[in-house]
Amino acid sequence: MSIDKVLVIIFGLIGVIFTYWFFLMKKEKEVEAVGEVDIKVSGGYSPEVISVPLGKTTRINFLRTDPTDCLSEVVLGDFKIKRQLPLNEKVTVEITPQKAGAFGYSCAMNMYHGKIIVK
Amino acid sequence: MAEIKKTFPIKGMYCASCVRVLEKSLSRVEGISNCVVNLTTETASVTYDPKKVTDNDLVSAVANVGYKAGLESELKTEDQQKIEKEKELKDLRNKVIISLFLGALILWGSFPGLMNIAPLFLINSWVQLLLAIPVQFWAGWEFYRATIPALRHRTANMDTLVAIGTTVAFSYSAVVTIFPQLVESIGVKPEPYFDVSTIIIGLILLGRYFEAKAKAGTSEAIKKLIGLQAKTARVVRNGSEVDIPIDQVVIGDTIRVRPGEKISVDGEILEGQSSIDESMVTGESIPVDKVKGDLVIGATINKTGTFLYKATKVGADTMLSQIIKLVQEAQASKAPIQRLADLISSYFVPVVLILAIATFVVWYVIGPAPSFLYGLLNMVAVLIIACPCAMGLATPTAIMVGTGIGANKGILIKDAQSLETAHKINTVIFDKTGTLTKGKPEVTDVVPFVIARRNATKQSSKSRLPRELKFARNDVLVLAASLEKGSEHSLAEAIVNKAEQEALNFSKVEAFKAIPGHGVEGIVDGRKVVLGNRKLLEKNDVDFTPIIRIIEQLENEGKTVMMLTVDGKLAGLIAVADTIKETAKEGVEALYKKGIEVVMITGDNQRTANAIAKKLGIKRVLAEVLPDQKEAEVKKIQTEGKKVAMVGDGINDAPALAAADVGIAMGTGTDVAIESAGITLINKDLTSVVSAIELSKKTMRTIKLNLFWAFGYNIILIPVAMGALYPFFHILLNPIFASVAMASSSISVVSNSLLLKRVKL
Repeated sequence: MSIDKVLVIIFGLIGVIFTYWFFLMKKEKEVEAVGEVDIKVSGGYSPEVISVPLGKTTRINFLRTDPTDCLSEVVLGDFKIKRQLPLNEKVTVEITPQKAGAFGYSCAMNMYHGKIIVK
Repeated sequence: MAEIKKTFPIKGMYCASCVRVLEKSLSRVEGISNCVVNLTTETASVTYDPKKVTDNDLVSAVANVGYKAGLESELKTEDQQKIEKEKELKDLRNKVIISLFLGALILWGSFPGLMNIAPLFLINSWVQLLLAIPVQFWAGWEFYRATIPALRHRTANMDTLVAIGTTVAFSYSAVVTIFPQLVESIGVKPEPYFDVSTIIIGLILLGRYFEAKAKAGTSEAIKKLIGLQAKTARVVRNGSEVDIPIDQVVIGDTIRVRPGEKISVDGEILEGQSSIDESMVTGESIPVDKVKGDLVIGATINKTGTFLYKATKVGADTMLSQIIKLVQEAQASKAPIQRLADLISSYFVPVVLILAIATFVVWYVIGPAPSFLYGLLNMVAVLIIACPCAMGLATPTAIMVGTGIGANKGILIKDAQSLETAHKINTVIFDKTGTLTKGKPEVTDVVPFVIARRNATKQSSKSRLPRELKFARNDVLVLAASLEKGSEHSLAEAIVNKAEQEALNFSKVEAFKAIPGHGVEGIVDGRKVVLGNRKLLEKNDVDFTPIIRIIEQLENEGKTVMMLTVDGKLAGLIAVADTIKETAKEGVEALYKKGIEVVMITGDNQRTANAIAKKLGIKRVLAEVLPDQKEAEVKKIQTEGKKVAMVGDGINDAPALAAADVGIAMGTGTDVAIESAGITLINKDLTSVVSAIELSKKTMRTIKLNLFWAFGYNIILIPVAMGALYPFFHILLNPIFASVAMASSSISVVSNSLLLKRVKL
């Protein structure tokens, strides 16, 4: 096998491992929301993972600064909430979770994801 | 003029000092008597004289100190959003036209066969590079704009795939153009692929354009509901009638509605009568006659009369607002079937990236010459063809259309889960009273003794009856109604109503006495009159055996029979029954036709229950079930392996509704959010039970087809793009065709959801 092929295999493997590590092995820091939390919407949600108390109302303020159309709507399916996120405008949603567990939220097309952990 | 209070959002507040500044500025406006600004809710509440202060004054006062008052009406915001959306679509359309035009020129100058007839300058790689730059970095900028922040978050989406794919094709072509010797030195003919990068961008943007247009159609139903809201109301204030904006109407306001006008908010008629078209809110197609004391629903149309009514529900509490909220919540909820799509889409893009790398490596290492080019183009094809959007759109678009269709027909679905479960229903349990029947007893038969005895004995007995007992039908009804006027029993109300409907004159009753569980008695025109059941007559030693056959016959029909005696002699009988709703029989038949078992549950005795069930054609009856036992009966049927829908009024039978797989509540009044029910039928039409099940079946079929297409598309075409067919048939997927397939996959999913609109319920 020629050297170029060997190099392509090695770089290919590195590329595969890097892709796996970069996208699938990231550890998101969980941010504890006490009454209120601000989530910046740009290329995803920051913070991506928030923890909220069970049975108490938490205000989540979304602020979208990314013009990507995909992010223009946020869906908190388990809480039956879907909101338009106009660019550079704070949109507040209130949740009062009655069940503990992890609940995902996403953009309307299910491309960008976040998580709400109810404790 | 009275002052009004208005609360509106303020944008741009950050701290407590903002509150002080804003309050000060607003208080300076002449006509504002009170002003409170809340930092937490970011709102201002002002009390002012509407003659002196306008919305513009409030907006200016807020703007003067550097903030923005959100005083635009709902409609204005909607319009604003629509304008912005239209502008975005127009920009997108321009990008599509320019990209495809430039792409077509490049294709003309580079595609074998076409390039022979192309102008010479188009064949020049440098010209192609110049034409490709605006497509890549102007039209295609939105792919980079989405990719860069996403990569910062270590996430990737469809834009990432398109950005990487087109960048690879563009960069390679640029290198070929600028350094052709470099490419030649590795044994590859220096041919640029600007046509690939530009046409892919043009076609994907074209797909996005059509997708955006189609997606707008999925939310039509909710827009239609919002558009129903009245804008103004003609309110009687201080003796004069004034037109005021709907948001200024308060509970207790008296509102005038003239023929052809829209009713502004929910309320109760105080004066006048009319026929009202409620179809736009409840789905009920026939106009409903309303008189004093009846409830009217906001956003419905007054057809004929003029009337005054009192506002009982305003703002978010009106029936229409509740419907809008319910539909919005349902459209935001997640169907269980979506979970798999959610799980896959969270891994999808990284997996496609890995497959693209593997494609390049495999083609480079074991592919035919020129292996580098094969590897590159197939890698681009893999990146372009993968379509996670179709998976993301498959379920929510169908749910949006399905719940919207339901709302238009008066079938309110609370969440996607109820919609999903309803298609599995094979048994429907109906609560009898108030659901299959009107829940209000009515007089069904008034039989004078002479007729009753003739019918019972099948012979003429006219001659043998004493003259004083030859009561006519109306005499029986008048005597019974006169007696019952003093009673509070529900059967009494039915008899009194019947006499009133027939405009009969009541007689004066003395020494009235109610005998609980038996009947009533009193003195009318000096004669002792008794109205009661068998027990009362037996107690009074009245022989009713001559008419026992007719009594039994009526009782077998599910009616309650009361006998009237005058001075101890039988004068006639009155039968009262809860009447069956007009749509009940049709609703039950429709369910049987679909192969769904129908069960009736009631607290009535077996005989009455059987009589009603027979009339409706219901084969399975659960009689003498106490209200608190209904839940257990539902569970018992579920243990038979049945998927059960319980249909009730949502009030007395809430536990049974909640225990069923799907609870279906018949709407009562103007409350639509019935907690225990997954589906509420606000059109009060029992044929809608089968319609709801049908809607669920059709929606689920659409979702399954969408998911099948979205998954199938990726499962089949990604391997084809990788070159899986090449070893057998020498078939490879050109990246341009990959972009055509990718653009059409999302459109096909959304279009398939829109086809649901054709469903006839």
